[in-house]
Amino acid sequence: MDLILTILSKVFTVTFFQKAVTQGVPLLFGATGEILTEKAGNLNLGIPGIMYMGAVGGLTGAFFYEQSTPEPSGAVGVLITFLCAILFSAFGAFIYALLTITLRANQNVTGLALTTFGIGVGNFIGGSLSKIAGTAGQITVYTTGQAFRTTIPGLSQIPVVGPLLFSYGFLTYLSLALALFFAYLLARTRCGLNLRAVGENPATADAAGINVIRYKYGFTILGGAVAGLGGLYFVMEYLGGTWQNNGFGDRGWLAIALVIFALWRPLRAIWGSLLFGGLYILFAYIPLGDAAQEILKMLPYLVTILVLVVSSLRRRAEEQPPASLGLSYFREDR
Amino acid sequence: MEKKTPLFHIVKRDTMPLWKAWAVRLASILLALVVCAVFINSVTGLNPLSVYASMFDGAFGTGRRIWNTVNDAMILLCIALAITPAFKMRFWNIGAEGQILVGGAATAAVMRYCGDSLPTPALFALMVVVSLLCGLVWGLVPAWFKARWNTNETLFTLMMNYIAIQLVSFLSIKWEAVKGSGTIGVINQSTKAGWIDTGFLSGIFGRFNYSINTTLILIITLLIFVYLNYTKHGYEIAVVGESENTARYAGISVRRVILRTMALSGALCGLVGFLLVSGSNHTISVNTAGGDGFTAIVVSWLAKFNPFAMIAISFLLTFLTRGAGQIASDFGLNESASDILTGIILFFILGSEFFINYRVLRSSRKEKEAE
Repeated sequence: MDLILTILSKVFTVTFFQKAVTQGVPLLFGATGEILTEKAGNLNLGIPGIMYMGAVGGLTGAFFYEQSTPEPSGAVGVLITFLCAILFSAFGAFIYALLTITLRANQNVTGLALTTFGIGVGNFIGGSLSKIAGTAGQITVYTTGQAFRTTIPGLSQIPVVGPLLFSYGFLTYLSLALALFFAYLLARTRCGLNLRAVGENPATADAAGINVIRYKYGFTILGGAVAGLGGLYFVMEYLGGTWQNNGFGDRGWLAIALVIFALWRPLRAIWGSLLFGGLYILFAYIPLGDAAQEILKMLPYLVTILVLVVSSLRRRAEEQPPASLGLSYFREDR
Repeated sequence: MEKKTPLFHIVKRDTMPLWKAWAVRLASILLALVVCAVFINSVTGLNPLSVYASMFDGAFGTGRRIWNTVNDAMILLCIALAITPAFKMRFWNIGAEGQILVGGAATAAVMRYCGDSLPTPALFALMVVVSLLCGLVWGLVPAWFKARWNTNETLFTLMMNYIAIQLVSFLSIKWEAVKGSGTIGVINQSTKAGWIDTGFLSGIFGRFNYSINTTLILIITLLIFVYLNYTKHGYEIAVVGESENTARYAGISVRRVILRTMALSGALCGLVGFLLVSGSNHTISVNTAGGDGFTAIVVSWLAKFNPFAMIAISFLLTFLTRGAGQIASDFGLNESASDILTGIILFFILGSEFFINYRVLRSSRKEKEAE
């Protein structure tokens, strides 16, 4: 009983919440991106790789920018970093789109190959960037990293509410804004309706005059770019502008799990990412020793399995994946 | 009125002759190697040919290296064989990684606790049985849910991987060799109890060899080939994979086929865990499977479920990994270069399937006029 009380007293604190948010943001970016992709009928298992590519893309941009000027400015660094991250991750998603949409390769296999490729690109560039540039030691892009960590000036000083809600860099709020925006787009706009039609039944959408190929390409690449921002958040705000080989770990897969947990709805992904973020670090707050902590780290995965099973049990129509998920579309097929 | 017609138009091919299909695949690999060469050259400025030579040296330079390459390829092959029956049934088992780890962990447990007390034949029998059983259970859990409630198996098996990884990292701390290190270290270093002999028939294969692993896996290759193509079970798997409704109509119990096939698939993955722990690593860590569980999916898919084609593809991919490891150390690069090269080659082979299955035609003028 005492144990439970100590755990609860540790968990219901501002710092725990902050850390859960920090872990949740990359997952939210990844899940939002993957939701867009899956709504277009493409199950992109390459998202973990794409997130690595976004991460290293941003870092590369910042690195070359900070190398090129004696006094780098944070704002320019942020802009360049942002563009490079999107460019890298969109390129990764483009490879996937080209192979699965135009060349009709199997989505699962292509996605796994992309994950291998993307993680390779991340670790290769991230690990040898300083060597290529001829500088010693681990690379750091301090100025840009700090710019990403800048919090809202006045608001973050308010007691309790400040640290709870306003103590984060701008990417955190962007992740929320994007999730809200895409939730609106999917549910309330013509474009979202068309997209959902493409994911449910591309042949019908095609017959209704929707350009299926354009939608599939557009949202797969957009989804990749959004997911890549999760990687960017990790290297810039979490690590403060440096690289760790395999540092991003399995968060990409967790983001895909979050899509299931959120039942393909960006709004649910918001609180889901907070929950997953909390579960991801919960082990550190339960004093049962090192070995038992490893068991506790299973929690996010166990919860995902539970959700999978429960949603398959309930079989409610609005909680199912897009009907054509995983299938490639060929107009002349019958 | 001018009407827009697309420049190209795509039609499905009838079957392409086999030699032509393989020619297309080979061409795609060559093209991929060219792209890899451009990549290597642009990053390092080195002559790609000398890099490829160095890769070849890394994979086949010495007797020991050859055996390492062979063993790695064989392990990859064995995993691919293990997941193929499930794949052919359209059951996306991407949990091979986890099934291997639990099999390996079980083997390690037997080596640790029974290594000194049991006679060698009994020890090996026990290791094989527990590794098969653990892999089987790990594969059967998602299969049961799939068969019962149609629960999505892709994500279920994926999550099972991470549970297995945490289990192994729990054991790593429980069994750690040096307090605080979190690694188990070599098991039974002095007695070598439970180690598969790496000096077997050293007169023929050289002082250090993996001939036992290799022979075992080649036998498994043959068995899987026969199982898939010449048995009733194999036929049922093929029917379920093509269409579950047809299978039901033909009186095949889809549920039973799913459970049986995944039990086999998981058990074989568990056996790979045994081969890794007892045969080459003599320890277990979260990296024991090293991503091979995912790579094997690609191997199985590219081989079109043909066990013999899998041998070739496993060798190609292992050559790349080993070779890239060598260039990494030779030219001071990061080892992840191999993942990039592997990725590029996979993209090309995956893309080439399109040209085997479809034909791209220029829309001719006549068609345009007809419209």
